[in-house]
This record gives sequence, structure tokens and C-alpha cells, in this order.
Amino acid sequence: MNTALKPLVEIRNVEKRFGGDGGFLSSRQPEVKALNDVSLSVDKGDAFCLVGESGCGKSTLARTVIGLHPPSNGEILYDGERIDTLSQQEKRPFTRKMQMIFQNPYASLNPRMTVMQTLEEPLRIHRPELSRQQVREKVEEVMLSVGNDPAWGERYPHEFSGGQRQRISIARALMLDPEFVVADEPISALDVSIQAQVLNVMMDAQEQRHLTYLFITHDLSVVEHFGSRVAVMYLGTVCELADTRSLFATPRHPYTQALLSAIPKMSEEGAGHIKMTGEVPTAMNLPSGCVFHPRCPHANDRCRKEVPDFLDNGETQTACFAVEEGRL
Amino acid sequence: MALLTVRNLEVEFPLGRKTLQALYGVDFSLEKGERLGIVGESGTGKSVAAFSILNLLSKPGRISRGEILFEGSDLATLNDDAMRDIRGNRISMIFQDPMMTLNPVLTIGTQMIECLKAHRNISREAAREIAISKLKEVMIPSPENRMDSYPHELSGGMRQRVVIAIALLTDPSIIIADEPTTALDVTIQAEIMVLMLELCKNNSVGLILITHDLAVVSQVTERVMVMYAGRVVEEGPTRDVIQNPQHPYTRGLIKALPQENRPGSRLNQIRGSMPALDAIPAGCAFNPRCDYADGECLKAIPPLLGKKGHKATCLHTDRIPPFESARQEVST
Repeated sequence: MNTALKPLVEIRNVEKRFGGDGGFLSSRQPEVKALNDVSLSVDKGDAFCLVGESGCGKSTLARTVIGLHPPSNGEILYDGERIDTLSQQEKRPFTRKMQMIFQNPYASLNPRMTVMQTLEEPLRIHRPELSRQQVREKVEEVMLSVGNDPAWGERYPHEFSGGQRQRISIARALMLDPEFVVADEPISALDVSIQAQVLNVMMDAQEQRHLTYLFITHDLSVVEHFGSRVAVMYLGTVCELADTRSLFATPRHPYTQALLSAIPKMSEEGAGHIKMTGEVPTAMNLPSGCVFHPRCPHANDRCRKEVPDFLDNGETQTACFAVEEGRL
Repeated sequence: MALLTVRNLEVEFPLGRKTLQALYGVDFSLEKGERLGIVGESGTGKSVAAFSILNLLSKPGRISRGEILFEGSDLATLNDDAMRDIRGNRISMIFQDPMMTLNPVLTIGTQMIECLKAHRNISREAAREIAISKLKEVMIPSPENRMDSYPHELSGGMRQRVVIAIALLTDPSIIIADEPTTALDVTIQAEIMVLMLELCKNNSVGLILITHDLAVVSQVTERVMVMYAGRVVEEGPTRDVIQNPQHPYTRGLIKALPQENRPGSRLNQIRGSMPALDAIPAGCAFNPRCDYADGECLKAIPPLLGKKGHKATCLHTDRIPPFESARQEVST
């Protein structure tokens, strides 16, 4: 990695809380701490993966980065400029460069718009100077690049299969030639063979258009295949950050180790996985100290009281006292 | 005689003027305590095959041919009353999403006791005892207290444990599980799978596991059946099928997995897409997507043939190069 290059996207000490104030017709909502002091940076050309169990805040982080909801605290920088405080108007040039692909292609495409209308819309908003002909050409070019037949333009989303729909939503994200694409579990609603197809389309697009991805998934085998860097999240905090290769070769954090051991492998039956004790606590009632301590087999008193900082141990960055003290 | 024998099962869905056929002559059997996996993509008929065993096909679907032999009766011809004695009693079912399966307005205890009382003539107290012991078996902490909880008070993993406990209540001889871990996280999925494997082994309960996840199948089942376009295209001992798949479709499924490809490389994908039920190609249904297809494949539907219980419906198994896995052996 070239350290002289400044990162494309920088997330600095971001916090996100939901609720907490009086809700509609009710006195006080419980506060959910979805993100706690998250800092990351995504370099140009990365396929940066966020992994973790449901409820760990990976989707919240992605949505906060792209501006779907503002952070409660902290800063988000794009190409060195702070974007979380901009007004809708000021944010426009950035929305052109940042696009999102959602999980469920059955819900993310407007059922009343033809494929053509869906794909034209971003151009009409962001590039009104284009002529009808130019728009058509652009749609055609992008449709072809994701392996769709441009003749589908007049059809509606319900006429397509899940894989085709997901390729249409990828096409929509690519219409404005973005630099940075956030993909929130783009393949988890699809069948295995279709997953391969969609991942291939995304990898081709990255190669041809020099995209940077922020890719959210809970499927670690996809991360190993697709990602260049990985952040493992647990209960709103990042617990380990590393190059994909290092993470899979030498996972340090006890949670990462447990996650990796839980990947079902095509081997002997009942292959041993590390069993975590206890249940996932909710973000409404965070444990003190290291948030992972109630489920960690290596937790001690310090883990219950203090919050661990990131420690760079060469290949991975890990927030864990057990690693820091050499107990692991 | 096998515990369950399905012979030449055909299922159709009459829709106005046209009739869609979802299953074509499906045969399989399950021995006592055996664990069978049914694998395939959405729309291949794996759920229809399993649902028809318990007559759970949604209307207007119906069994148009074939027999389902279980404990001396043909389930395909049973009336509703007789079916009720089997369903949820001798054969129980676990569905994908535990939040949809459990009744949100009844406590766990009420739902369990209700199920037991429906099938057995016992007192509430006795039913409660059994329910608590089953919750213990699925390793739910403090089961007595959990009996009074509502489903929303439990996590996804706990809910699925409760569903498994309910499936085990009446000591069934077969459990049919339709994608039981798809809605759960990896770590929880691993726990639930190990739990199901142990429970089935210890109580010698037969398991029919429907899933699209080949890795899950390889860990839990002894035998596997791969379906495509309403037909069984390959079946055999799980390890044989996964290490040496014969049918090009099974090969395609395995080769599409990220762990079967070098990191960062293009993934192997099966070209084309699944045919719709009213447009299944003539001959071998897989021929338009197959790299080895020729004129022969268009003519007739290939029979299920093979050695030592490992069979596939492919005319060209001898011509297809041996399967090579790109998987690097995991050394731990």
C-alpha cells in the first residue's frame, strides 16, 4: 500500500445513535448505540469488506458513509473533504461519485418503472445536459457491461429473475460512472450459481471502471474471494482490521477466530468450530469494557472494565487486551 | 423396507387453462435414522418434493401420480384426519424463518403444550414436563422460565432452537427441515447445525434437509439428492457426490462456490438460467446450459444410472473429464 496516497473515504470516530428522545405519542424511546467510535479508511481501488453478525452495525455504517443518515458524532471525509455536514445541494457532486447497491433486488427497484426509466433517472437528475440519444447510448453501454440485454429496457422489474434484477440495480449504480460503490449484502438474497454470476459482474466492473467498493456481507467465503481489506465488526465497534490474506491466515481477535471457524466447510461432518458462550447482547444495553467480553473465552477483569484500543501488530490491527498482553 | 419410500412422485399445479408440472417421477427413500439432503436452486422442486410428503402443497398444487409409503400407509392418498395424525406427530417439520413459524401472541409454553395435547391424551402438567425436557435437550438456558416467554423476547438462534424442540416433542421418526439456518448468522448457523446433527443421531430420527448450501449438506447428511427442473439429477453418498460429482449441474454448483475458486479470480458460473416450469427444454433439461451436451442430450430424458448407489442422469459421464477440486486443503 502506498501511504503517500490519501484515502478515498475516511471515517473518523463515527458514532450513530437511534432513539433516545421522546418518540411520537410516547415518553422516551430506549437509545440504541448502533455505532461506537468507528474509524476506518478506504483506499482507492480497495474492495473493502465489512463483516459481522446481524445487528453489529455494518449496514448502519454503510448507510452513514453514503449519507442516508447523518452520524451522531464524528466525521466522514471523501477525497479529503468533509461530507457529513454538507447540505443536500452541496452534497450533489458527491452523490454522483458515490452509489449504492442494496440487498434485495425485489425491493430496491421501483415496480412501476420500466428498466429504461429506472436507469435514465440518475442521468436526468445529475446530467441534464445530455441529449435523449446520449442517454439511450449510455443506458445501452451500461446494460451490456453488466451482461444484460439492452432490449429489456421496456420491461418491468417483475419480469426478471433475482439475478437479472440484481444486475439491473448494479447497472443503475454504474449509470453515473461513480468512483465509490457501497454494496449492502448484494448477493445474499440469490442462489449459489447466481451469486457467482453477480460477483463476477461486480469484479469486472471494478476492473473496467477502477471502482472502489465498500462491500457488506456476512459470508466470509465471499470476503476471502472478493475483498482486499476487511473490517470485522461486533456490536457497533470494529474489533479487527486487516488485509484479507492476513486476516484469513492469522486472525488475532477471538471473535474473528470464532467467525472463521464457523464457516461451513465442504469436508468431514461436524468439523469443529469455536463455540462462543452466551448470547449476542443488544445495542440498547452495551456491556462495559470490551463489548465482546461476555462471549469471549479469554476475557479477564481488565476486559470487563476498559475499552481496548487498536493495536497494530504488523499484519492486522486488533482491539483486544488478550492479544495486547500476549495471553493469546 | 425403508422407513419412507417415495415412488414416481409427480406434482402439478393446474392454473386456469394450463397446468404446470413441478415434479417428474421423483424416487427416493429414507432409512430409519438416516440423514438425507435435497439440494438445488430455487425453483428446482426441492421444497415441493418435501412438502408433498406431508400434504403441505399450497393450493391448487396436487400430487398427480406416485406413492409415498410410510409406516404401512400411502401418504399420497390419506384423508385430512389421518394426515393430521402423521403430520407434526410421526413426521415433523422445521421451516426457514422461526419468527414466521412461532405464534407471536402465545408463549413458548402454550405453543408446546398445545402441540402435545393435540397428538396425545395427556394432562397439561405432563405436557409441561415433556416440553421443559425438550427445551433442555436443545440447550435453552433456564427452560422453566423460557416457557413463559413470547417469541419476540428470544433471539433468532433461540427461536430456531424452540422450533426444533417443538419438532421433537412427539418423538417423530422423521424431521423435514426446509432451509433451517438460512435466516441465521454464520456463528448461530454452525451451532444449530451441530445441534440438529447430534439430536438426530442420539434419537435416531431421520432427517430430510432441504438447502441450497452444499457446505451445510456436506457436514450434516449421509446421502444427498440434487434436483434440477423437477427431476433428481444426481444422488448418492454425500461425500462421493461432493468430491466426485457426476452430473454437470452438480459440478457447476460446486465450482461456483467462492471457496472452490482462487481468491480474486473470476468465479465459475453456470451459463444461462433456470428454465421456467412451462418451458422445460426437451431431452435432458440441463442441455442448454451444459458444456458437454450434444444431439443425444436433446432426444431423450437420460435415466438415473450409476454404481454403488451414486447415480446421475447424464449420458456422458464417461466422456466428462474427472472432477478436480480447486479447494486447498484446510490445515488446522
